[in-house]
Amino acid sequence: MNFARPAFVLLAAAAIALPAAAQEGTLKKIKDTGVIKIGHRDASIPFSYLDDKQQPIGYGVDICLKIADAIKAELKLPKLKVEFVPVTSQTRIPILTGGNIDIECGSTTNSVERQKQVAFAPTYFMTGTKIIVKKSAGIKRYEDLKGKTVVFTAGTTNERAMKAYNDAKKLGINFIPSKDHAESFLAVETGRAVAFPMDDILLYSLRASAKNPADYAIIGEFLSDDPYGIMMRKDDPTFKKLVDATVTRLYKSGEINKIYAKWFQAPIPPKGINLGFPMSDALKALIKNPNDKGVEACGKMKC
Amino acid sequence: MDFSVFFQPAFSGGGTYLDWVLSGIQWTLLVSILGWVIAFTVGSVLGVLRTTQRVVLRAPATLYVEVFRNVPLLVQMFIWYFVLPEIVPRALGDWMKTQMPMPEFWNAVLCLGFYTASRVAEQVRSGIQSIPRGQTYAGLAMGLTQPQVYRHVLLPMGYRIIIPPLTSEFLTIFKNSSVALTIGVLELTAQARQISEYTFRTFEVFTVATVVYVLITLTVTVAMRALEGKVRVPGYLGPAGR
Repeated sequence: MNFARPAFVLLAAAAIALPAAAQEGTLKKIKDTGVIKIGHRDASIPFSYLDDKQQPIGYGVDICLKIADAIKAELKLPKLKVEFVPVTSQTRIPILTGGNIDIECGSTTNSVERQKQVAFAPTYFMTGTKIIVKKSAGIKRYEDLKGKTVVFTAGTTNERAMKAYNDAKKLGINFIPSKDHAESFLAVETGRAVAFPMDDILLYSLRASAKNPADYAIIGEFLSDDPYGIMMRKDDPTFKKLVDATVTRLYKSGEINKIYAKWFQAPIPPKGINLGFPMSDALKALIKNPNDKGVEACGKMKC
Repeated sequence: MDFSVFFQPAFSGGGTYLDWVLSGIQWTLLVSILGWVIAFTVGSVLGVLRTTQRVVLRAPATLYVEVFRNVPLLVQMFIWYFVLPEIVPRALGDWMKTQMPMPEFWNAVLCLGFYTASRVAEQVRSGIQSIPRGQTYAGLAMGLTQPQVYRHVLLPMGYRIIIPPLTSEFLTIFKNSSVALTIGVLELTAQARQISEYTFRTFEVFTVATVVYVLITLTVTVAMRALEGKVRVPGYLGPAGR
C-alpha cells in the first residue's frame, strides 16, 4: 500500500481549492517544518557513508547538500535545517514514501520497477553488478559459483540480478541474505560465502578499505546496469523540477567534476584511501545529456 | 489492501509469494521448537543445580544464567554466527563456515536455545524454591535420598507451579526467533520483509505476518492452558475462588 497517497490526495485537493498557493507536496512540507530530511547510507563508500566522527559524507551527500541550498534559496528560508536520517537498502523506499525523509542520497539504482514507487533525479553515477571473491577461493567466472554459497545485501538490485542469473543458468547457488554491505563483505572475508554480488564501484571501495586488499578479486562481466539516482517521492513535479534543475546546473557548470574528483580521485576519509576511479565514458555522456532513465526489468538499460 | 499479491508468481525459485510465507512459517516453527527443546532441557538442569547445597554445582549454573541472560540476544546471535567460528580451532571453524549443513539455521537454534535456557532455569529455580522447606524435610525423613526428593517431591510440584510463567517463555521464543533473520535465516519476519521489498505491499505482508504470529502464540497458550488443567493437583493448585 502506498502510505503517501492519501497525503497527496489531500494536497492535490488543497491545491485545487487554493490555486494561489505557491508550494505543495514536499516543498510545502519543508517550508512548514523548516527542516529538510536527507536519507543517507552507512557504508556506501564513497557515495554516502559515515566518517570517523559518525557524520554522513560522500559524493551523493555533497550533491544533496547543494540541493538543500537550492531549496533554501527557493523558499527564502535561510535557517533551513538539514537533518540526516540513516536508511538501509531495505528501508529506503518505505521510509521515503512514508514521509520520514524527503530525499535519499545514497547508491540507489534507478529502475523502471522502483519508478512505480518513487521518482529519481538525473543519474549521477553509472555502475553495474560484479562479484567480489577471495583469490584463494578459485572462482574465475560466474559459472564457478555452481553449488556454492553467495551472500547478498537484502533489498538490492544486485540480489535480483544474481538470483535471475542463478535461475537462468541453474547453478543451484545457496544464497544467504545480510543487512548491509559491510556485513556481506564480512561473510566473504570470513569464508562463510565465496562471493558477494554488488555494484562494482562499491566493491572497489570495500576492497580498498579491507585489511588485506590484495586477497580479493573483483570479477565477471556486468550482470546488470546500475544507474544511480537521488530518490524522492513520486507525483511531486514542483519538487522534482527543483532537484533536477539543481543537478543539471551542477553538470552544466562543470562543478560536478570537482565533486567527482574529491570523492573518486583523491584521498577520502576515514582512512585516506584514494579510489583512483576516473569518470567513465557512460557517466560523461550522462553529464552532457542528463536523464533519469531507469534500468529495465531485465537488469539492463535496454532489454 | 490487496491480498492477491500472495498468489502472484514469486520473483525467483518458482512458486508464489504464498509459498515464501509458508516456508517462513516452517522455519519459524522449526527454530523455535528445536530451540525450546534445548532451552527446556538445559534450563531444567541448570535450575535444579541452582537450588542445590553444593557450591561447585551452584556456582557454574549461576555464572551461566548471569552471562546468558545479561547479554542481548542480538549480540549473542552475532557471537554464535560470526565470532565463534574464528576462535575455535581452524579446522572446526572452517567446517562451521563451509561444510556444516544450514549453518544459519543451527546457529540460530543453538543461540536461541541456550539464551532461553537461562530464563527457564530461573523459572525452575523459583518453582522449586516456592515449595515449603517442610516438604523436603518430610521426604528426607521418609528415607528418600536428595535426588529422590527432587524426583518425587520437588520437581513434580515445581513444574506445575511454573506452568504460567513457562508459557510466557515458550511464547517469547517464537517471537525471539525473528532475531534469527539477522544471521540470514529466512523465517517469517525475514520472508515478510523480502516479499514487501519485491512487491512493495508492506501493509498486506506484515498484516499476514502479524496474524500468523498471533495464531501460533494463541495455539501455544491454549495448549499450555490445557496442560495446566490436566496436570493440576486438586485442592492444591489452580485458581482460587472458583
